[in-house]
Amino acid sequence: MNFLSGYIYYIGAFGLVLIGLFIILLKSNLVKVIIGINILDTGVNLFLISVGYLDRGTAPIFAPGVQIEASSMVDPVPQALVLTAIVIGASVLALALSLTIKLYGHYGTLNLEDIRGQRW
Amino acid sequence: MKDLRSPRGIIALVLLAVIAAGLSLTITEIPFGSPDTKVGSYYVENGREETGAANIVTSVVTGYRALDTLGEVTVLFIAAMGLSAVLAIEKKKRKREVEESSLVLSTGCRALFPFILLLGAYLFIHGHLTPGGGFQGGAVIGSAFLLVYLGYPERRISTTGTDVTESLGGLAFVILGLIGFAVGSSYFLSNFLPKGELYSLFSAGILPLIYIAIGLKVGAEFGGIIDRMMEETR
Repeated sequence: MNFLSGYIYYIGAFGLVLIGLFIILLKSNLVKVIIGINILDTGVNLFLISVGYLDRGTAPIFAPGVQIEASSMVDPVPQALVLTAIVIGASVLALALSLTIKLYGHYGTLNLEDIRGQRW
Repeated sequence: MKDLRSPRGIIALVLLAVIAAGLSLTITEIPFGSPDTKVGSYYVENGREETGAANIVTSVVTGYRALDTLGEVTVLFIAAMGLSAVLAIEKKKRKREVEESSLVLSTGCRALFPFILLLGAYLFIHGHLTPGGGFQGGAVIGSAFLLVYLGYPERRISTTGTDVTESLGGLAFVILGLIGFAVGSSYFLSNFLPKGELYSLFSAGILPLIYIAIGLKVGAEFGGIIDRMMEETR
């Protein structure tokens, strides 16, 4: 159980990555594939945040009148990365959905096997 | 859903098993709860003196790593531009039958809209002091536009306005960087304004200005995206 308590965030993050990959590889509905991409994105973000976590650390924000040692703050670099990655993920999701709208208008279906003429 | 016993299903499962094995070998090597990064502790210890921002994440995003943020804002801009290019191929003026929203819904949306805008503006103006910043504030402003579209299906915001605001935000970011190039210590996006007093609103030099530009840009981008997708599906 000690192992689990230390690594539960990594296990959750990689679980999300694997679930996302499973959906991308095996689902044939385009909207479900986009949902899989988003789940994978979330897993990567969770992993980056957990790498920077410090045991009993606080948010890297100073406030007047509150004595916080700089050494007890979590790593700010992954937080800054994920902050922008979330917004970029949202706009890439919107771009993918707009392409999906156009594909549906052209083919009349969202099934990838029908769109690509896939046999297996 | 493909059958798991089909060739594609078997290949996918083998691939997933290999990736899972590789990942589980990797995570035992990464220490949890004790990040061993020199650069992160340097930022935490010296960020206040060097940038004047109380929020160290802000000092990383718009101070130390402002050039990377400019790149990420560009990615965001390209995604929004691609979306409007894809959806604007043919403009059909179809009028879809929309149901009038009820009085409670429309009044509630109208009452909440300015407060959500105010919260978004607060988040990006105080980004260097409190949790928050341009990206979060912009997303909150985008959610205010989404609320208006859900409450009033017939109401539109001007996409010209969002495009102009978005371009001005990006332009302000680049111009601030170029002024730093000319005036300050001759590198792009150098902090040429006085640092001011720590924890006060007018502090940290150009950091809050960059975050205000980012906030306006992200908010306008999300507003434009929501408007174009709503227009397409109506």
